[in-house]
Amino acid sequence: MTQTPEKTDLVSLTIDGVQVSVPAGTLVIRAAEQVGVAVPRFCDHPLLDPVGACRQCLVDVPDAGNGRGFPKPQASCTLPVAEGMVVNTQATSEVADKAQQGVMEFLLINHPLDCPVCDKGGECPLQNQAMSNGQGESRFVSSGTGGVKRTFPKPINLSPQVLLDRERCIVCQRCTRFAAEIAGDPFIALVERGAQQQIGIAPDAPFLSYFSGNTIQICPVGALTSESYRFRSRPFDLVSTPSVAEHDACGAAIRIDHRRGRVMRRLSGDDPEVNEEWITDKDRFGFTYAAQDDRLTYPMIRETLPDGERGELRPASWPEAFAVAAAGLKNAGSAAVLAGGRLTAEDAYAYAKFARVALGTNDVDFRSRPLSVEEGDFLASHVALSGPWAGGVSYLDLETATTVVLAGLEPEDEAGTIFLRLRKASRQGPKRILAIAPFTTRGLTKMNGTLVPTAPGEEPAALAAMVEQGEHGIDKSAVILLGERLAGVPGALSAAVDLAAKTGARLAWVPRRAGDRGAVEAGCLPNLLPGGRPVADPAARVDVATSWGVGSLPETPGRDADAIATAVAAGEVAALVVGGVDPADTSDPALTRAALEAASFVVALDLRATDVTRAADVVFPVAAAVEKAGTYLTWEGRPRPFEAVLPSPSSLPDLRSLAGIAAELGAPLGFKTVHEARAEMADLGPWDGDRAAFAPVAPAPASAEGLVLSTWKTMIDQGTMLDGDKHLAATARPVVVRVGPGTASSLGLEGGTAVTVEGDRGTLHAPLEVVADMVDGVCWVPANSTGSGVLAGLASPGTRVIVKGASH
Amino acid sequence: MVDTLTPVLTKNWGQDRAWTLPAYEAQGGYKALEKALSMAPDDLITAVKESGLRGRGGAGFPTGMKWSFIPQDNPKPKYLVVNADESEPGTCKDIPLMMASPHTLVEGVIISSFAIRANKAFIYIRGEVLHVIRRVQAAVAEAYAAGHLGTDIHGSGYDLDIVVHAGAGAYICGEETALLEGLEGRRGQPRLRPPFPAVAGLYASPTVINNVESIASVPSIVANGPEWFSSMGTEKSKGFGIFSLSGHVNRPGQYEAPLGITLRELIDLAGGIREGHQLKFWTPGGSSTPLLTDEHLDLPLDFESMGAAGTMLGTRALQLFDETTCVVRAVLRWTEFYKHESCGKCTPCREGTWWLVQTLAALEQGKGRESDLDLLLDQCENILGRSFCALGDGATSPISSSVKFFRDEYLAHLTHGGCPFDAAASTAFSPAGASV
Repeated sequence: MTQTPEKTDLVSLTIDGVQVSVPAGTLVIRAAEQVGVAVPRFCDHPLLDPVGACRQCLVDVPDAGNGRGFPKPQASCTLPVAEGMVVNTQATSEVADKAQQGVMEFLLINHPLDCPVCDKGGECPLQNQAMSNGQGESRFVSSGTGGVKRTFPKPINLSPQVLLDRERCIVCQRCTRFAAEIAGDPFIALVERGAQQQIGIAPDAPFLSYFSGNTIQICPVGALTSESYRFRSRPFDLVSTPSVAEHDACGAAIRIDHRRGRVMRRLSGDDPEVNEEWITDKDRFGFTYAAQDDRLTYPMIRETLPDGERGELRPASWPEAFAVAAAGLKNAGSAAVLAGGRLTAEDAYAYAKFARVALGTNDVDFRSRPLSVEEGDFLASHVALSGPWAGGVSYLDLETATTVVLAGLEPEDEAGTIFLRLRKASRQGPKRILAIAPFTTRGLTKMNGTLVPTAPGEEPAALAAMVEQGEHGIDKSAVILLGERLAGVPGALSAAVDLAAKTGARLAWVPRRAGDRGAVEAGCLPNLLPGGRPVADPAARVDVATSWGVGSLPETPGRDADAIATAVAAGEVAALVVGGVDPADTSDPALTRAALEAASFVVALDLRATDVTRAADVVFPVAAAVEKAGTYLTWEGRPRPFEAVLPSPSSLPDLRSLAGIAAELGAPLGFKTVHEARAEMADLGPWDGDRAAFAPVAPAPASAEGLVLSTWKTMIDQGTMLDGDKHLAATARPVVVRVGPGTASSLGLEGGTAVTVEGDRGTLHAPLEVVADMVDGVCWVPANSTGSGVLAGLASPGTRVIVKGASH
Repeated sequence: MVDTLTPVLTKNWGQDRAWTLPAYEAQGGYKALEKALSMAPDDLITAVKESGLRGRGGAGFPTGMKWSFIPQDNPKPKYLVVNADESEPGTCKDIPLMMASPHTLVEGVIISSFAIRANKAFIYIRGEVLHVIRRVQAAVAEAYAAGHLGTDIHGSGYDLDIVVHAGAGAYICGEETALLEGLEGRRGQPRLRPPFPAVAGLYASPTVINNVESIASVPSIVANGPEWFSSMGTEKSKGFGIFSLSGHVNRPGQYEAPLGITLRELIDLAGGIREGHQLKFWTPGGSSTPLLTDEHLDLPLDFESMGAAGTMLGTRALQLFDETTCVVRAVLRWTEFYKHESCGKCTPCREGTWWLVQTLAALEQGKGRESDLDLLLDQCENILGRSFCALGDGATSPISSSVKFFRDEYLAHLTHGGCPFDAAASTAFSPAGASV
């Protein structure tokens, strides 16, 4: 890894006659950039260890800083600067220029020069630098001796998604170095020797990495391509727009390339504070969900049959849909809002304001997954209003902290950018990464982390123990990352708060969805108004009411999402406004479905037809992330705004529909566009009064027979936002049921046997995997990789399961 | 003439079962170890420095200086690695040494390890020579049994273990950092330097890597003193070395002589060039050293004179070719070797050797134009000094030197429309009267 040296330690050298001072340790190739000279390069990458393999960046060094020069041209990508060094690049040195021309000629002799049919053509470092630093004519072919190029059969699959055209490869090792250094998935390696050297995989080990797509992006030739994009378009036909990934709470910068109204591919953006230059395969390839046939493209309202029964949904105009939705909500008398965690901050703000202003209720919650009152308190008291500018944990802190504790979080699956940062940190020097988890995951191994073996439910005790146990070394330089799954463990967040208070360690909450963190700030919670204002605080309510120009805001804290579902199902609340919620994600999918059934009136805002839209009375299509402007907050609380990539008049952001309904209800939101909402949010600003108090909760006693269920969603699973790319789906990890050796032997089962897991909501079938260090009495299954998912089809949160051999 | 030879390393090769411990000890073996263990390690390093011993693996770096680069305050273990991956075309000295007298090497390893304070040493032997690997393994086992290895060697309190490692057949693993990669179980490709092996070598620990012959010379230096060693050889190339003569010479083999001996003397010792023929060209130190001709018969074979002649002493692998040999054909064979052995890491060597073979093959068949000879030289120029390691440099040596001395012969191929030589005439089984 290229270290960032101390700025104070400057070294002066002369490059092409220009004096420049750069931090000690800087490589000559990057120092040359400071004087405006781009030395051609292939293997060099600023985020990878230097290798000096391609030899394209040779420069002449007449003085190494000690008065003596190098007799031979030096690779500037491996040569650190020295005081008084003199470097002559191709710009001023014939030796360097000839050396570079020679290497370029060598690179091209076996390269197919099939640029006209190559995906990389037009954005290819080899093509570009052959133009800038190469010769126009090939002596290989034109010489009297003639030349025969080496060929390979076209292409081979490194994984279901990544393809390799070996004859294009210049074996710069960027991909293998990325896999080994950055991702920690060294499934690709050099094989064969000499000119036959190529990138290869072991016969039984394809390149199954969650980060494999990055190799395609950093490949300096067209050797690596994706099944998704191969032969789909030419770079010069694409329009590129910077954006932010919508698949997790990491806020990774991406670049969206589209052509004629269609997204063709996505690349990693460059955001040094967040994702550096890497993204997950989900961020890269997971965009086809927005172009599926079941996208909603026009508002619909439900017909009432002559006999008064509910009929089918029919297309409606926007004004009609606004009017019908408003009338329905008004007639229902009471309504609640389930907002989902995929909203932009602006849309979340609109839902929060809509509930308070148009529906007169605090019954609004973005948490469409298992939650707790303890979590709501925690979000209000410890998460809202936090951010790197206010001493909050940042990505950089993950690198500098002496110890990082992970609780209820598996970064490789749930927050890929965090995983890469922690892995980077673990490679830079001594770093303690402690995972409070039931077993050592592959991700934890790659982060060189240590397992604190803990069964689900025991996290409070594990966190509490860290206060006293010196060997964990938790002090104010430590960081504790809390996954959203801890909401399902009573007392876990309380124990974390206690640990932080007693040791000075800093806490950060890492949710799964891109909109979660923004929704906290936007006030999409029953106990929180926008800007971190507690509902219970009269001054905060007055502050918001004044800003919004309304007389007052509802005083009583609202119901959370679980309570809303219960209340609607019980008839206590009549109507629902639901935006982007999948009932299968909720604590009790059956209850959520019952609530939708029981509700007298349902307004659904969604991207595609879902169980919610099918049950709704009015359906509004909403814009996908690519079609609207917005802001995602990273888990740190760092805003990452983006503009619309493909604006479409037929798809409007949620806030526009809510504004339309609110207007019909006579309670206008005061904004109709994302930018107006953004301006209003900025006007309102953060709360500067007292924070909500946190009421600690005691851990619940362990109970019942059976195995404790440990589960989370793997990165590539059945999630609807992964729909439409079968190649990406094929890179999902196999579904397994994991238990520890003690549990396996007490069950009389061996690894590999087909087992059935039985819970109170159903059963799940998969092969058994025995994990050596897994806590006994625990069973792990992926949360949404098979069947209808764990919550809908296996077990309710906190209950136990039974594992049996399939034949029983 | 026989006086010219200085058999030290080769002295016992002719003894009955010279490879066994009793035979080795009978001629004074392991006495130097006894002496060394009574000395301070730093005094051993000084002695080797004073002897003027220079690396016998080809580069000629002073061995004692290499040892003194090991940072003794580094808390990591120190390692000695013996480079026994002798693979250079023409080089044939380490393998016969290990075959005939493996204990000379083992004793040298123990003394050298003691000097650099290593408790673990590795002998990386070329994988193809299974019989030699077995000999060295047996010798190490004998040394363990005799208390020359293991813990508390000769009651000195010094511990040493030797691991005999078989390479997997890559020429590049003779390059010391590629050797380390291979020893660590990875793909044999050279490493980026710095860090140098003396600081971060095997398992990122301070490591000395020496050639078999260098290490095997150490016991004699310890036994006889540095002055004895430095009394032989030339001013800057001290001591003796094994010269391996092969090719069109009557008695090919290993001749141990002081550095600075001439090829003319060596050929005389070897019974002359084969009957009825004259020397045409030769390599001083294997195929990677630029070749010389019969003009250079009287040059002293030492590091300086060879350097001054535009070549290198290398491994003293003297391949001799008489006038029946087509130089283009010989160079093509060597170049094919380099193409095959290029590890693939860097562009100039990987792609350059691929192209050189194509160009040379065409020229040998009489295809091409005179300008292609300049293209060939330009290819060499673009490889030499541009590659990651010295393999690429070595690949160009036979080509550029042969064009320098035998340009007309290359051109003759073009005018003749193919090779003007009778390939059979150069063979050992060449029929009498084969045309030249």
